Amino acid sequence: MLLRSLRIPRSEFETGTGWTLKPHGACHGDVCIPLSQPSGDTIDVAAVAKDIGMPLAAAPEHGLWALGPASIGSRALASAQAPELTLPDLDGNEFHLSSLRGQKVLLYAWAPY
Amino acid sequence: MWQALRKELHPKGFELVTVGLDTLGDAGCRASIEAAKPEHPSLIDRHHALADLFGVINIPSSVWINEDGTIVRPAEAAPAPPQATPAPPRILPPGTPQRFRDIVAEATKIPKSPEAYHAALRDWVEHGAKSRFALRPDEVVARSRPRDNAKALGHAYFQLATQLEIDGHHAAAVQHFREAHRLVPDSWTFRRQAWSLEKVGDGPIARFWQGPNPEAPEAWPYEGDWLADICESGAENYNEPWRP
Repeated sequence: MLLRSLRIPRSEFETGTGWTLKPHGACHGDVCIPLSQPSGDTIDVAAVAKDIGMPLAAAPEHGLWALGPASIGSRALASAQAPELTLPDLDGNEFHLSSLRGQKVLLYAWAPY
Repeated sequence: MWQALRKELHPKGFELVTVGLDTLGDAGCRASIEAAKPEHPSLIDRHHALADLFGVINIPSSVWINEDGTIVRPAEAAPAPPQATPAPPRILPPGTPQRFRDIVAEATKIPKSPEAYHAALRDWVEHGAKSRFALRPDEVVARSRPRDNAKALGHAYFQLATQLEIDGHHAAAVQHFREAHRLVPDSWTFRRQAWSLEKVGDGPIARFWQGPNPEAPEAWPYEGDWLADICESGAENYNEPWRP
């Protein structure tokens, strides 16, 4: 997740990372991790990232930060539940992978290079 | 080829979603997509979300997801459907640079064997959870890519790099791509994306050159390049062999 600030609204953090911030901790599916400080409406990204074990890379001279994915279980997938994927098409329309529930889906990665 | 397969299987409750992994976004993907005229969702992924979310490390690759949103096969190489009549050998026009001839020769050596993969795909579309190719959730997780904290940090650097490139800070992007390559050495897509941004020439092969410009080889900013890396690892190891 890309960041222009290390203090962001809670909803932005939740949408960007897939983690939900609850009073008792940060939760992703069945996994909940206690937080060192209670989260308010504005999130201290560095602190929460440290608690969850998400790496934070910084390019402060460009005012840019990026949160890497969590590595729970030391695998790319923490569970077999497909994460939400939201990407635009050529016309800029956002598409949600979850809109295809009820069908079998083959997600196919390609590149023009 | 994939489109014909999608058309055939769509009435059976199957959908294909193609995702172009390219930091150049529309500018990079438009020509291919418009030529294909897809009827399925065709998306653009400038920051390689598929790497973060699904563990994609190479292209082409696929993830199979069932009706309730459970992954039944994690990211794996996805060969194009087998053809009734094999494609004729590729004839390169006279004047094609030797490097490009070598790249095509190495790419041709990458084992494809699409038969087993596509028989499995049809079996899954037909039989769903009863198909032996639909893996159990614990196996899906276990077969997904290994990821430790260092690799996760490499993903963060890759995202910084793609955004810096989009923002026009190419030199800074290169630095961060290098860090991503160091931390995630098993990702071909992280490398190929970065290499493809170092265009050599203006023609259709500019983005496929993916290596030092013969006129200024010292300016190449990366440790490896497409041809050197595939020769080192061996084309036969480009993808992990497909497992049922």
